Amino acid sequence: MNLLLLMYFEFFKVGLFAVGGGLATLPFLYDLAHKYTWITASMISDMIAISESTPGPMGVNMATYVGFQNGGILGAVTTTLGLVTPSIIVIIIVANVLVKFKESKAVKNIFYTLRPAATGLIGAAGLSVIVLALFKTNISAFSFSGLDIKCLILFAVMIIFTKKTKFHPIVAIAISGIIGILFGF
Amino acid sequence: MNVCIELFVTFAKMGVVTFGGGYAMLPILQKTVVENKKWATEEDLLDYFAIGQCTPGIIAVNTATFIGYKQKGILGGIFATLGLVFPSLVIISIIAAFLKNFADLAVVQHAFAGIRVCVGVLILNAVIKLWKGAVKGKITAAIMFIVLILSAFTDISSVLIVVAAGVFGLFFSGKIQNLEANKK
Repeated sequence: MNLLLLMYFEFFKVGLFAVGGGLATLPFLYDLAHKYTWITASMISDMIAISESTPGPMGVNMATYVGFQNGGILGAVTTTLGLVTPSIIVIIIVANVLVKFKESKAVKNIFYTLRPAATGLIGAAGLSVIVLALFKTNISAFSFSGLDIKCLILFAVMIIFTKKTKFHPIVAIAISGIIGILFGF
Repeated sequence: MNVCIELFVTFAKMGVVTFGGGYAMLPILQKTVVENKKWATEEDLLDYFAIGQCTPGIIAVNTATFIGYKQKGILGGIFATLGLVFPSLVIISIIAAFLKNFADLAVVQHAFAGIRVCVGVLILNAVIKLWKGAVKGKITAAIMFIVLILSAFTDISSVLIVVAAGVFGLFFSGKIQNLEANKK
């Protein structure tokens, strides 16, 4: 029971301090691996690989994995709840404040530039996913010679498919996964 | 209570189909939350993402909490978040218990090489849609491109970028809005 409490508390801290996406949790997880025996560096690298090849937010997947290794289902539930508790508390406070001040000039002004900035951030994330998918490398190590023709064709096909049809995105994801298996991507 | 169950189920479905972190969730959110359920607008989603980026926690979780809270208060926020993490709990527990080498399987690697291409396309489409709501003229377009380049090619933290864009807006949005409104 002590270990569960400790894991809840430690993942609560990760959730509280990891600002940004799932990858932002990594430095905190490595700190934990340094401090405790119930989480190791090799566990973290396993988790990254598994998180990237399973659905769901990466940070949640990582918390679940560590929790499960140490306390089965109960452990997994404990670490995941620990991770999301700060989000729930903070966002509910922020949402409350936002609702109250939504019509204020200052809030409107902030969001007027925040929206294009957020679009830019999402664009950058999209760009890094596209480069990784088509060139199998990250943006900093990018070169045209690494272009994967099969992936490029699928990319073009999927652009047309998603433009011309009104299917839920999951249909395109499923088709792409199957094509990846059939054509050995 | 029905709304809470609907939130849980809807976000659980989204948790199943979100591959590759918070940003990859965006196309799914647009389709499900904006188009189908009409729980939020495109602009709302951008606001949630910007806020999620600079508040503690995982962006996908923050966004789920936000949408849930707006639908049904604190309980709604909790149910939406629990729904989102539920599939992860089940899937990761199964993999951790039975499939130690899951990520090394050839089938999994091939499938994910294909899925990654598709996620790239979906995020691209999502950005084009968001563009229309967020970019009102040349200055906001410039902000978008500067942030895109800074975020893609430098190590500057997204938190810093979001805060800087917000502070900039607090002082200059009045002027920018006038300029961009006059252009139209």
